[in-house]
Order: sequence, then C-alpha cells, then structure tokens
Amino acid sequence: MLRFTQLYNSIDSTTKTNEKLEALESYFAAAPPEDAAWATYFLAGNKLKRSVSTKLLRVWAAKEAGIPEWLLEESYHAIGDLAETLSLVVPPGQFVDDISLTQWIEDQLLPLLAMDVPAQQEAITTIWKQSPARMRLVMMKLITGAFRVGVSKRLVTRAIAAQAGISADVVSHRLMGNWRPTPAFYQRLVDPNVQDTIASQPYPFCLAHPIEIEQGPQTLGNCGDYVAEWKWDGIRGQVIRRSEQSFIWSRSEALMEDRWPEIESAAEVLPDGTVLDGEILATRSSGEVLPFAQLQRRLNRKTVGKKLLEEVPVVFQAFDLLEQNGEDIRAKPFSVRRSRLESLMANIEHPHLKLTQLIKGESWGEWETMRECSRERNAEGLMLKCKHASYDVGRVRGTWWKWKVAPFSIDAVLIYAQKGHGKRASLYTDYTFALWEGNALVPVAKAYSGLNNEEIKQVDRFVRQNTKESFGPVRSVTPTLVMEIAFEGLQRSTRHKSGIATRFPRIARWRHDKKPSDANTLQDLLALLPEKVS
Amino acid sequence: MDDLLQTTDRGLYCQVGDFYIDPQQPVDRAVVTHAHTDHARRGCRRYLAAKPSEHLLRMRMNHDAEFEFLAYTDSVTINGVDLSFHPAGHILGSAQVRLEHRGRVAVISGDYKLGDDPTCESWQPVKCDLFVTESTFGLPVYRWQPDQVIADSINAWWRESRDAGKCCVLYGYAVGKSQRLLSCLDPSIGPIYTHGAVEKGTEAYRKTGVSLPDTTYVGSITGKHDWKGAMVVAVPGAHGTPWIRRFGRVSTAMASGWMAVRGARRRRSVDRGFVLSDHVDWESLLSAVQACDPETVWVTHGYCAAVTRYLQENGRDARAIDSRTRSEGEEDEILLNETDASIYTTL
Repeated sequence: MLRFTQLYNSIDSTTKTNEKLEALESYFAAAPPEDAAWATYFLAGNKLKRSVSTKLLRVWAAKEAGIPEWLLEESYHAIGDLAETLSLVVPPGQFVDDISLTQWIEDQLLPLLAMDVPAQQEAITTIWKQSPARMRLVMMKLITGAFRVGVSKRLVTRAIAAQAGISADVVSHRLMGNWRPTPAFYQRLVDPNVQDTIASQPYPFCLAHPIEIEQGPQTLGNCGDYVAEWKWDGIRGQVIRRSEQSFIWSRSEALMEDRWPEIESAAEVLPDGTVLDGEILATRSSGEVLPFAQLQRRLNRKTVGKKLLEEVPVVFQAFDLLEQNGEDIRAKPFSVRRSRLESLMANIEHPHLKLTQLIKGESWGEWETMRECSRERNAEGLMLKCKHASYDVGRVRGTWWKWKVAPFSIDAVLIYAQKGHGKRASLYTDYTFALWEGNALVPVAKAYSGLNNEEIKQVDRFVRQNTKESFGPVRSVTPTLVMEIAFEGLQRSTRHKSGIATRFPRIARWRHDKKPSDANTLQDLLALLPEKVS
Repeated sequence: MDDLLQTTDRGLYCQVGDFYIDPQQPVDRAVVTHAHTDHARRGCRRYLAAKPSEHLLRMRMNHDAEFEFLAYTDSVTINGVDLSFHPAGHILGSAQVRLEHRGRVAVISGDYKLGDDPTCESWQPVKCDLFVTESTFGLPVYRWQPDQVIADSINAWWRESRDAGKCCVLYGYAVGKSQRLLSCLDPSIGPIYTHGAVEKGTEAYRKTGVSLPDTTYVGSITGKHDWKGAMVVAVPGAHGTPWIRRFGRVSTAMASGWMAVRGARRRRSVDRGFVLSDHVDWESLLSAVQACDPETVWVTHGYCAAVTRYLQENGRDARAIDSRTRSEGEEDEILLNETDASIYTTL
C-alpha cells in the first residue's frame, strides 16, 4: 500500500502532466503485475461493488472520533469528500506493517462484501487503527468507490505503453470492455507479442472537438475536405458482430445488454467480423427523430416493456465502419471507410439499422444555413469530418468537429447555493437560478459551471455574507446576482416546480449590468418551448 | 454581563468602559488584539494594544493615530473597567483581552493557538465568566501535528528540491506565518530570501527582539543570480505572478491550516501544502474552553454554529455571535490588505 499511496500522493500533489506521467511510469516499472493490474483498474476509473454502506461508515467514524453524528455531517459538508472526511476525523492510526495493494484489496477490501455488519465494523475500525493519514485516505477512497485522482485514462494508457514499449493505441484497445484485474490480464496488456481480439472488445471511440460558435468552421480550411452529418442527440454506441455474437457498447464503455432488443436483432444481420460506430436514436416509423427526453424514458428502465418498445422505438444510425471481415480498418481514410459502410448497408434491409445521411453542401455558408434548422429536426447541429483522416483514438484535434447551434439563453437570479465537491469542496459553486413569476422567483435550473476561479471566489464570498437561511448544506441568499444561463433544450416536466426542465444548463456570463428585476420571467422561458412538444 | 460586553455592528463593545475590541469600523477608542488587518482596522482615533505588537502595529497604521501600549498582564483601568492583555500565541504581540468589572470577568481571545511558537509568547489560560473564542478551524477534521513534524517535512522538501537543482518558494502570510516559517527553516541547507512584504514584517519582528535566521530581501538582488537551492519565503499573492519567474525552476508550497484539506491544496495549484496554522484546531479549542472554564462562551469567526452546538450539548452556555464563516480566500484578502501597495511595488 505504501507504493500505491506514494503514487496517489505524487499525482495529487502536482498539476503538471509530465510529472504525473513520470510518477505513473515509475510505479508501473516497480510494481509486481498483480498490483499493476489493480492500479490500472482503479486509475482507469473502474469501481468495485460497494461493500459497506456509507451511512454506516459515517456512524462508525463519529463513534471512533468521539463526536456526535451531526458534527460528522457538518464536517462532511465543509470538506465535500466523504473519504477525506472519514480519514481526517478519525484519530490517526498506528501504522503496523506494509502489505501490497493486491493483498490489501483481496484480503481486506473484497471480504467486506460477504461480512455481516458487526464484522464489517470491526474490520473497518481495524483498518483505521492501522493506517497513517494519507494511506487511510487512499483506502477510504477505494472503499467508498470514489477513487478519483487527477489522471485521465489516456494518461494511464500512455504510461503503461511507455513502460511496456508498445503503442498507446494498442494498450488503449486492450483496456476497452470488461476485464478482470489479474496478473495474467496485466501481462497480456503489456505483452508486445500477443495478437488476439476478444469477441466482445470494442474500439476506443473517436471524439469530436467543438467549433466555437462565434468563430465558425472557416479556420478548418477547405470545406471540400470535409463531409457534414447531423449531430443527433442520442446515445453514442458501437455495435459489434463477431463469432456469431452481438455486443452493443456505450461511449462510457458499458456493455448494454437487453436494453436495445431491436438493435440486437438488427446486429444479427451483419456479416461476422463487423464493427459499426453510430448513434442510438428514438424515431417515429416515418424516420423522424424524437427528442432525447423520449429516449431517456427507455434509459430509466431496467427492463424494456412491450408498451415502451412500441411508444419509443429506436434505430442504430451507423456513421462509421471500424472493422470489416475481422480486419481493423481504422487507419484507412474516412472516405474509404464511408464507401465501404455504404456498400455494406446497401445489402442490409432492417428497420432498426440505418445509414446516416451526408448533408450536401458546396461551401461553409451552405452548411451554415442547414445548421440553422437543426432544432426543427431535433438535431444539435452538424458534425464535420475530415475525409482524409483515419479513425483517431482519444482527443486528437482536427479530424472530427461538432458545430452546434447557438444555445438558448436566459437571464436568471441566483437564489440558492451549495458547496461543491472535490477541487471545489468548501467553496459555494453549485447554484440554483430562478425566474420571475409575478412577484415570486421560481427555481428553473441548477448550474455548476461557467464561472472562472476569480468569479467563483466572489460568488462564494457573496453567499457567505448574504445568507438568508440554511437548509442543511443549502443556503438561500438575498436575490442579487443575475447571470445569463445557456442551455441546449427545453421540455415540460412534472418533476420540476416550474413545470419545465432545461438540458445542460450552465452559466454563460455574469450580468453585472443587470439587477434582479431585469431578469427574465418564467413566461419568457415557456415561450421558447418547441410547439410540437406539449 | 451586557454592560461589560455586547455585540454591535461595529464589533465587540464594552459599554461601561466605552471602547471597542477589534472594531470593524473606525471608532474613537479601539482595543486591538493583534496586528492582522481584520482585527486592527485603520481610522480609529486611539488604539490600545499589547506592548510586543508595537512595531507591527506602527508598521501598518496611520502615523497620526494615538497609540498606547501595555505589557502583558499589566492592567489599566478605563472608566472603572480593569483591562489587561494576556498572550494569545497567534502572532507576535497577539493578546487576549481580559476585562473585569464588579467581579465579573470577560476574556476576548482574538485569534489564538495553543502550544509553543518561538516567534511569540505562548497562549495562557485566563479564568473567566465569559470567553469569546474564534472558530476558524472549529471542526474535528482539523487536527494539527506537532511543529517539529511540519518543520522536518519543510526542510526535507527544501533539501530534495535543492538536490534537484530547484529553488523553493514557500508561501505564508506576511505577518506571523512567514516569521514562524523562517524559524522552522534549517539555514544549513541553503540561503534564505524574502519577498518585500515578508521582509517588512520580519524587520518588525527583529526590532521586537525575536531571533530569526538571516534573510536577504529578493529586491536587493540585481542582475543575474543563481537561485538554485535557495528558499524564498513569499506571500501567497505572489503565486502565479511574473515576480516568481526570476527564480527559474521552482518548487512551490503553501503553509496554512487550510492545507489540511485536499480541495484547498489543489485549488492553490502549489506543489506542496504544509499544514501549519496559527489558529486553534478542534481539540485545542475544546481544551482552551476547558482551561478557562467560563460560564458562557461566545463563538465568532469561523464554524460558529458547529462549535456553539457542540458546547451546548456538552453543558456549556454558548452563543454564536457571528453568522459569517471564514473562508480560505478571505485570509488572502487579509493578506492583500495587509501588504496593500507593498506587495505590488516590491515585485
């Protein structure tokens, strides 16, 4: 645990990518494969099933610290991180002797799952008594499942690749999908000689970069080098057909089983050794795309009933071909992949498997005109893809661009604030905004992002000095600050007091020039509702 | 007790004696616990403070104000109220104010910490009926380690950075924290330099007779200079400014009680955070209350609500007299006010 704690500290104490990379590389160089496997597992963002209820952890920690439970809650609100609160509040332990990361996880953490509550309490208390502060923080983060440290999966991948002397793309691919952190897995991960594919394994997704709305796409160069597609607001997915089995993966690398039966059946008509990239969309039989809210109804269910299947049918809209006849064709230019995708799809007739349409255009201006009518089609804007580019892994700039329509915006008044988490813990960074309805301010949106650090500091101070009431961690403040809130979409909602829900609300700018009375009304917001959705 | 001490918009007020303690606005007569700007505001007509704070107070106050200084434990009678200062252990010259009238005693702690600090006299418990305590770090997550442990880790970081060919930049508030940091440093590791604002505070400390390791004012170095292996003690406001470019490859660190929390440490984007505070932590706050054994406790500045409720549940009459909480950023402002112009003019 010492070595892993050391790694955590090194990463946590620097903001420089190179130093993080260095720390990771030296960890992987020194750690035995079984530890390296677990470290990779957690650093890549995987979690174990939660073994101990966080409620009980709080109760036990309060008991160990000799404080009432409400005081532990107060502390938690001030710190904003449960694992950290637990490790700070319990008196420091007496470090006994070091065991490996693997031993700790397999002999102490995993067995917690099978224990009854009194046994768990004893085990946790023992862990506290035997751990120094920083190590205890790492342990608590692993137990509460909130193990996040400032490294991206990409950075971990680079470190492993550099250490093993193989390409980061290969490591990245091998880290996709479901795997178990065993020494054998890690050895295969870093083996320069293995050449095999596991049937279910997806490819890393190619991501798009935003085009600044004010700037437009002109800086991309010649529009003839690009193709345009609609940017749908659905669920990105990869459909895999290999060894006569089908798999559907989400962008967050979750295997989606039994969720999209229509698409699973559609995948069966694909030739073996095919991998498609595309978007899962809710559509009417006419082909018209439904708003995301409809698709969301299917996401919220564990099992999809017959009625819902009829009301919200989905299609997989394929926009790229990554593997054909078992061959990885990601290195080929987009134009080649696209024409192969077109000929593949020409031979397939299935109501739930469609080919995305390219939008004709001879100039940026023509596409701009098309982009203007995105909302009518329930699209978010356009995707621009470079014809000559390979299918890139990670965030490589310059191959795929998303050109969204300008967001909606409205001026609203800050009425509630709550402290943030992690880096923003103990600062008031989570805000609720309201609009006027008569003489009352009705909350309409929560926004957490958009202000810079200096502005956050100012708002934090404002909140502290202008608190009207505290409800647990939430403070109501004197309505004073007006901010412009941008959001992507709008829909009616029975769950919100205002009767309306905004999609992706964030702060566009602080309107220092406006007084609360200048803020918009709820009516103004309702007027933006698309008429079709009623 | 109301005529001895009451809370007003301007701060704590002693009606019988007709004076304020650490007033937030200009008043005729101010009794000042210590020289930090959130306690010693400019613009009052007369100031009364503890003797060892003289150089620090004069350094930052308007010169036309009228000052009076009183040695620790000496007492003076103002309109029938006996007033004396007792060490608070916060910074040089910091004092608790003891007021006595008709056999009733109130003690206002100002800011304070327990334990020994070579740069100022240690806090002493004063028995009283009413105790006014700060609560900046009044939550059980705040638990300070012994000074020696922190000093060792600062020196270890300095040695490591020196061996890696870097210059250390250590941030602490200009008055109090910086001098305490200087006293922690091992001068055998390398030369020590100071930021202008820190140098001014340090001068006042030396004038008062506090012995500190030799330092050189950064601004006195002109032309090319090799900063490798040096330790620069600076104010946090200098972080990320062009001022630190001159040092070449640096390793930066911040020393503050807030560094106990990971979020605060990360927001600073410094390489290291040393948990070194001049305020009481949870345990020492409780033991201070225990030692003074007051009938009533007033809680101010910080986690007032939590401390008040805890004391009440443990059988003490307690009251929160300040609804504001102190934040990490607020101390930065104190620091900026503290150094005002000097921080920028000495860049």
